Amino acid sequence: MTPQSQFTVVAPIAVGGEAALRALLITMNSAPGVADPRNPLVPFGEFARLHFARFVILNDPTLCDIEAYGVPRPDLPNYLAFVGDCDGPSGTCLAEMAQRAGAGLRRVFAHCEGFDGGVDLLAWMQANDLPIAASYVNWVGRTVLQIKQESALQQVLAAQLDRTPVASAAEARERWRAMAAFVRNEIAARRLSLTSPEPTPLDWVIAKWANLLVSLLLSLLALPFLVVLTPLLLFQLRRRETRDPEICPRPDSALLVELQSLEDHDVTNQYTAFGSGKPGAFRRGLITLVLAVIQFTARHIFTRGYLARVQTIHFARWVFVDNKRRVLFTSNYDGGHQAYMDDFINKAAWGLNVAFSSGVGWPHTDWLLLRGARREHHFKYYQRRHQLPTQVWYNAYPGLTLTDLDRNARIRQGLERELSDTEALAWLKLL
Amino acid sequence: MAQTVMTAHADIAAAGIELDDIQGLLRFGFKHHTEAVFLLLQVRDAAAARQWLGNVQVTSSVSLDPLPKTVLQVALTCAGMRALGVGADVVSGFSEEFLEGMAGDPNRARRLGDVGENAPERWDWGSGARVPHVAVLLYALPGNLEAFQRSIEAQCAAGFELLYRLPTVNMGGVEPFGFADGLSQPELDWQRMIPAEDQEQLGYRSSSCLGEFILGYPNEYGLYTPRPLLDARGDADGSLPRAEDSPDNADVGRNGTYLVIRQLRQDVRGFWQAIDKFARGVPAERERLASLMVGRTLTGEPVVLGASAGLGVDAGPRAGAGLGPGAAGPGAVASAVAGERAPAGTGTRPGPDNAFTFESDPEGHRCPIGAHIRRANPRNADLPPGGIGVVSQLIRTLGLNSSARARDLAASTRFHRLLRRGREYGVRLTPAEALSAPPTQSGLQFICLNANIQRQFEFVQGAWLMGTKFNGLHEESDPLLGSRLPGAAGTRCDYFSMPQAAGPAQRLEGLRQFVTVSGGAYFFLPGIRALRFLARVRRMRRTD
Repeated sequence: MTPQSQFTVVAPIAVGGEAALRALLITMNSAPGVADPRNPLVPFGEFARLHFARFVILNDPTLCDIEAYGVPRPDLPNYLAFVGDCDGPSGTCLAEMAQRAGAGLRRVFAHCEGFDGGVDLLAWMQANDLPIAASYVNWVGRTVLQIKQESALQQVLAAQLDRTPVASAAEARERWRAMAAFVRNEIAARRLSLTSPEPTPLDWVIAKWANLLVSLLLSLLALPFLVVLTPLLLFQLRRRETRDPEICPRPDSALLVELQSLEDHDVTNQYTAFGSGKPGAFRRGLITLVLAVIQFTARHIFTRGYLARVQTIHFARWVFVDNKRRVLFTSNYDGGHQAYMDDFINKAAWGLNVAFSSGVGWPHTDWLLLRGARREHHFKYYQRRHQLPTQVWYNAYPGLTLTDLDRNARIRQGLERELSDTEALAWLKLL
Repeated sequence: MAQTVMTAHADIAAAGIELDDIQGLLRFGFKHHTEAVFLLLQVRDAAAARQWLGNVQVTSSVSLDPLPKTVLQVALTCAGMRALGVGADVVSGFSEEFLEGMAGDPNRARRLGDVGENAPERWDWGSGARVPHVAVLLYALPGNLEAFQRSIEAQCAAGFELLYRLPTVNMGGVEPFGFADGLSQPELDWQRMIPAEDQEQLGYRSSSCLGEFILGYPNEYGLYTPRPLLDARGDADGSLPRAEDSPDNADVGRNGTYLVIRQLRQDVRGFWQAIDKFARGVPAERERLASLMVGRTLTGEPVVLGASAGLGVDAGPRAGAGLGPGAAGPGAVASAVAGERAPAGTGTRPGPDNAFTFESDPEGHRCPIGAHIRRANPRNADLPPGGIGVVSQLIRTLGLNSSARARDLAASTRFHRLLRRGREYGVRLTPAEALSAPPTQSGLQFICLNANIQRQFEFVQGAWLMGTKFNGLHEESDPLLGSRLPGAAGTRCDYFSMPQAAGPAQRLEGLRQFVTVSGGAYFFLPGIRALRFLARVRRMRRTD
């Protein structure tokens, strides 16, 4: 099994360079915000381990919101973020890109501060690759190669399928057997391929188990302190929840139109949000803890197709920027933006509140979990206002949602083992 | 009967609802008013237009007893408000969708499936210079429409240009393809019995908080949907209602709602010919396939209830349901709220055509997942089905129960309901007639009311009806409304799949487009006082 990893290269844009950078970035697109996989600058489609990637300019128009908390507006630069999700170590993926798209990447990063022609591109990207505070991968171990091979398999089988009802489960098994033989033939004739998964890297397994152990140990150690401190912490939280200003004005129409112009060109969409954390050590500690907990659950619990009730997120990540003063959130999700947000409000508003309520201006929460995102319009205005237009977005498998990927994987699994009669019938229904 | 109606009025008044300020369409379907025409107007002379709007007699929600001979309802688009000279301070308080209009943005068109044959550039009205300003909906008892329409059109002539007339015809509660229509309606909680709070619902109910359909009242989240609020100090004579959630503000939205009109042209002959081909000319099979596409039989029985459960029911309770009031029955909410306690879909069925869910058919063996009525209203609760224990709920909330997850792709239907008030136009044909008749111009003047266009109409249209991946489906859109345009990766999306217990899903392949959008717009259907206010133009400033 090949685990996935993520890179988030973030570098300040050189003064006066933003307009030219924007103009350059959109040359990569075939539709608004949609990267042409063969664009000459960064031909994303050539990188077989790359799931999703984006270039996005981090220019935060809500930076002055923090003044409502009695803190002066900080003087922070605009950044260019180059964000991707890939199979195997992100370093390998970046190295491959530096090698095969070096010239194009150099042209892009030339708009960043301190990047000059002489610099080692890979070393520069790695130096600017920010650590990820929390990352979510829908299905740990599902590679681009697997997704593409299984999609091809599904298409061939669906076209081949006899859709007449079966007289018995035994007949279902006969049909399954015939299909399996057909697939073996196609593979032998090299019209289909189903590559076996690579062995799971030992260091990854060790790191995962070590993380689990250490996290549990630390939690055990911290538990007594937490129990003792809980009343104080709750008091501190509640005091802030009732006083923190809420900043949820209706977003500008022009921003909405720009964001929407980048959406719904396919069944999968991108989301990029950026904002400041609430000032003070308490909030900074809380967001650090919360993201650590999210990271823990995403690593050990939510690794098989769902993040709590939400089953439409391919990849998501939270990254601290500017020494934890700001947080960048990116995700790739199925369906339209409206459905994504309604899904979140109705299925996991508590999760949104935990994850984002330390952001400046978040709609009032109660006890960290309640209200907040359930306050529909406050939340919808808030998230749109903090969303950034993603200038370039690449998806390695357009047209395929997570339910498609899941079904295709199950079709393949059904060919790799012996099925009972009823299992064979269930398998036929997948097609 | 008269006694009950009066009690109901008293209850509604006691709940603080000003029925005399709410246009009748929110409470009544005007089923006795079988004649109707919808006039789409553009302002020619703003002063004359304002004068007419300020004085025209509008039927309220108070009572249809005795039945008025004629009924008039008025709604305005954003372009209309601007043409009338309504201040930007008022207009900008309406929702983004209303401000942009149905055809105002190619991104919206993409989301709604208004592309290809449905593209706004091809519409008869509603796009570009043909965006209406005002919709005047006229209803009349049989034999009374013609004179009424003539008189109203004459009255309007000074202030308005007639852009388009949307004709209607009484098909007796059946839409042009031949199916009983308008059966699934939310029941408005006129007595405000549902508490205004944010409470997770573990069962499907067909009743809805008033605020889902009327601005100025709490919605299903227990919140007030944003709408234009003005500083009440400038409204000393109280010409506008006060905002319930903010008594210092005059509420332009209160007692009003958004009205969506879409003209849907139906290729009745093409529809039945296509199905006839799949059915190899066998009439019973033809009807069976069409029923699976709709999710109801021609007479309106839900196919999920199965032949034995559904088809035997006497047609009586449904008789007026086609375009009928739906929300009008004063006892409706009481029965719906009581119905909540019975397991939905299996218990008592007060209205057999609307009191069911798909819970017993998770794989779609009886009613396909992609059937029209299952897309338009999946009839599910906030949490996927399971035990009522706290632990069980917690496990499902955390997504840790895999069988619950499998049934959780579309959820929380109560936030995505539409109050439909459409009327048919054209010629009514039976399926057999449609097969041999020359092509007809028939269709639906689709009308729905909702307080939040984005979360209700646009969500249902975009995510549920047009979604090619709705509820885990692969590559198909609504069997009736789908545009059949290929997906982004060039994949075909012209299937309709019918899951089978004994084998792979059966598929109807190569479906054509049967329904084409030929016009549409978003309107605001104001409360009657707000209508007079809008007709008087800027007297007050909006609060910030």
